[in-house]
Amino acid sequence: MVEKINHLEMQHITKRFPGVLALDDVSIELKKSEILALLGENGAGKTTLMNVLYGLYHQDEGSIFINDKIIEIESPINAMENHIGMVHQHFMLVPNLTVIENIALGYFQDTRFKLDLNLVRTKIMEIAKKYGMAVDPEAYIWQLSVGEQQRVELVKALTLGANLLILDEPTAALTPQQTDELIELLKEMARQDNSIIFISHKLNEVKSVSNRISVLRNGKLVHEGDTVSYTVSELAEEMAGRQINLPKSPEKLEFGEVMLDMKDIWAYNDQGGWGLQGLNLQLKAGEIMGIAGVSGNGQRELADVVSGVRKVEKGNILIDNWNITNHTASQIIERGMGYIPEDRLHEGSLPGFSVRENLILKDYNSSQISSSIFLKKKVIDKFANNLIETYNIKCPDMNTSCASLSGGNIQKVILAREITRNPKVLIAAYPIRGLDIGAAEYVHNRLIEAREAGMAILLISEELEEILDLSDRIGVIYEGAILKVLPGRGTDYKEIGLLMAGVIDE
Amino acid sequence: MSKNTEIKRHRQERMLNFGIVIVSLLAALIIGALLFLIAKGNPFKAYAVMFTKPFTSTFGMTEILVRAAPLMFVGLGIAIAFRSGILNIGAEGQILMGAIAGAAVALAFPDMPKIILLPMVFLASFIGGALWGGIAGWMRSYLNVNEILSTVMLNYIAIQVYMFFIRGPLIDPKEVSYGTGVPQTAVFSKNAWLTRLIPGTRLHTGIFIAIVLAVLVYILLWKTTIGYRMRAVGIEPKAARAAGMNVKAYLLLAMLLSGGFAGMAGAIEITGIHHRAMESISAGYGFSGIVVALFGGLHPLGIIPSSALFGLLIVGSDMMQRAVNVPASIILSIQGLVILSLVSSQNFLTNPRFKEKILKIFDSKSKTRNLKKGGRA
Ligand SMILES: Nc1ncnc2c1ncn2[C@@H]1O[C@H](COP(=O)(O)OP(=O)(O)O)[C@@H](O)[C@H]1O
Ligand SMILES: [Mg+2]
Repeated sequence: MVEKINHLEMQHITKRFPGVLALDDVSIELKKSEILALLGENGAGKTTLMNVLYGLYHQDEGSIFINDKIIEIESPINAMENHIGMVHQHFMLVPNLTVIENIALGYFQDTRFKLDLNLVRTKIMEIAKKYGMAVDPEAYIWQLSVGEQQRVELVKALTLGANLLILDEPTAALTPQQTDELIELLKEMARQDNSIIFISHKLNEVKSVSNRISVLRNGKLVHEGDTVSYTVSELAEEMAGRQINLPKSPEKLEFGEVMLDMKDIWAYNDQGGWGLQGLNLQLKAGEIMGIAGVSGNGQRELADVVSGVRKVEKGNILIDNWNITNHTASQIIERGMGYIPEDRLHEGSLPGFSVRENLILKDYNSSQISSSIFLKKKVIDKFANNLIETYNIKCPDMNTSCASLSGGNIQKVILAREITRNPKVLIAAYPIRGLDIGAAEYVHNRLIEAREAGMAILLISEELEEILDLSDRIGVIYEGAILKVLPGRGTDYKEIGLLMAGVIDE
Repeated sequence: MSKNTEIKRHRQERMLNFGIVIVSLLAALIIGALLFLIAKGNPFKAYAVMFTKPFTSTFGMTEILVRAAPLMFVGLGIAIAFRSGILNIGAEGQILMGAIAGAAVALAFPDMPKIILLPMVFLASFIGGALWGGIAGWMRSYLNVNEILSTVMLNYIAIQVYMFFIRGPLIDPKEVSYGTGVPQTAVFSKNAWLTRLIPGTRLHTGIFIAIVLAVLVYILLWKTTIGYRMRAVGIEPKAARAAGMNVKAYLLLAMLLSGGFAGMAGAIEITGIHHRAMESISAGYGFSGIVVALFGGLHPLGIIPSSALFGLLIVGSDMMQRAVNVPASIILSIQGLVILSLVSSQNFLTNPRFKEKILKIFDSKSKTRNLKKGGRA
């Protein structure tokens, strides 16, 4: 066996993709028991750098040193032999196999012909015990939560002999509590002689987990140093290359008419239980109402019933005094509903369609965009180019497929489409989830503009900071109903936090 | 990074694409050659015949187009369905239903002038195929029945229904009175025959109809709001639904159109070739059409050349069989191998990681070569 990693260096790594310089002379260094945070906005090159280290790509220039010896990493198997393990942004587990079977999949180097599941089980239990992780080796992957699956990925990497772990945006899909657990676990692993590269664009996490930080911007290493010597706002500036101030919505005393009125709404969730149980809510023109809550308390169903894709069992929904209860989605859109869905990849946009085609997703039928049958090519071209410019959507041209854009740019496409239609009511579900701070700033500015333009905005979010920054009023949702409505200003975290847990003080 | 490297890279990639197709074809042919040797045939001669002989005679060339026409119809229908997110494996049955509906109309109105009768036959075939496809579409949309299952099963039913008609209600009265009982309809009146273009060959106007329809399908899918919705529903039903589209209705519409196109392939065969409906009319077009559509990139304008290519494969292997006297099953295997290689090479073509690897190998080779050159100079 190759000796364990005490010292890793990647020196002067350059990597090009057709038309993109993904990495430009990047060097990083990592010692035993260290946690290095790799920080950068979406598209900065973090994943690419790690894919080079893991043997998925080969660098065009530069070299990798382990324990001061130069090595060539040709493939992931090669990387594993050198004790490098990676937990990808999107997990690489087979849902229909058990934990043991999944781990055994990668274990064939030692037992090439015979699959000794007992051996694998022993190994897994050893590792789980060593780091104090709860893992059920017999469970099927599909039975596990996202956090548990991630733990399986970690165990897998360790079982295969890694002592350098790469985690690509591990917290993107975790709740705040799961994130805290993960951070503790990683620290424990580092204490026991592993080294860790932790990729993220969330500054608070990075601050609490890492010893050292390297910041990438546009493929270049712009900064490196010890974590303790920088504040979160300094890091944000390094990452974006400019000063970032997440905007706050200016105080306002007068609002317009009630635009969205939901009266005693009941609806089922996907499991067949009650998702909404007598929800009441009123939203006025020019107002942002934040919906705070632990996810799974009816947020999904709330957005669904208003946008017309889930049946209302009881109650009435009015848009601008017009009853739209159980109308079809297209009728509701007609009535002036805009929707920025939670799932921007599958519900908000058509990944296989071009940016141009995505921008007309709700207007393809309007008389400006099409005659009764044919799409008006020239009009659409102009419309699309216009929006791309106004909303500063970064894409080679309007015929680029939406799937190849970064999350922030996809969100811009959706914002452009929805806001240009000038809806009366705009629902924004988790509008900055997974976006880097620069893109988040952009989205918030646009939402505030939409509020100034008189739209009634329902902001569903799990990030209290976002809600407190933007909302005129805050509704706390709990078990399918609005538990209490608080003023947007002068409310503190703690009060909301208690309500989110269902606690009402008398 | 310099513009030069980028241009070089592009050129390399184009060469690579070409290379991949050639290599995979070669692989298929080499495996096929082994099969020939086992059957004691001469592979070189066989291949020479397969790929060149169709081009040496008017008959061969026209025959390629004769085969291409029904393939194009089926391929277009498959593309419409696949683009709309529904996997239609039932073209074979839809062809038969189209053929029988068309035949019924052709037999019922023998004296109708050609200019009216032919469109009526095609319309009937379209409706026949559309209804058959529509059953699967409806079951998928409203009963949530997997369309792969239902279309395959409907194929079996279609064969029986088809046979019932050409054995019973629509059988040629002569077959009954002579007591031969061959399951086929009477020959249509000439008013239901597609015009033959070159005397002595079977080439008929169907190929033009097919090409015109390919262009129409292109316009439908990419230039109209209906096509926009169909593709949207196919790519991301959730987003289409959120944007207010009626996903179920468009799935059904896609299956109706898809079945209709397969049905018209049946019309092409009965009005262009056989002039009657008879047993084994489809020659497997319902399945080859799937490959034609996939190989044509599910794009109408790709399906035109792709169906010609598969027409060549069919005609070439027919000729090969006559020239080198080997069992027909070997010919079928060769055909299968070539299809397999073409389709899998396409997979490689669209796999960036594989390309990256190959290019890397070339890069390091050219580097060492340059070094050597440098050393000599
Ligand atoms: N396989 C690829 N082909 C072409 N471009 C790529 C590929 N992978 C990444 N890129 C590009 O390289 C840049 C860096 O991407 P990535 O490393 O994924 O960023 P990050 O992980 O920091 O968000 C982006 O501009 C991205 O579009
Ligand atoms: Mg990434």
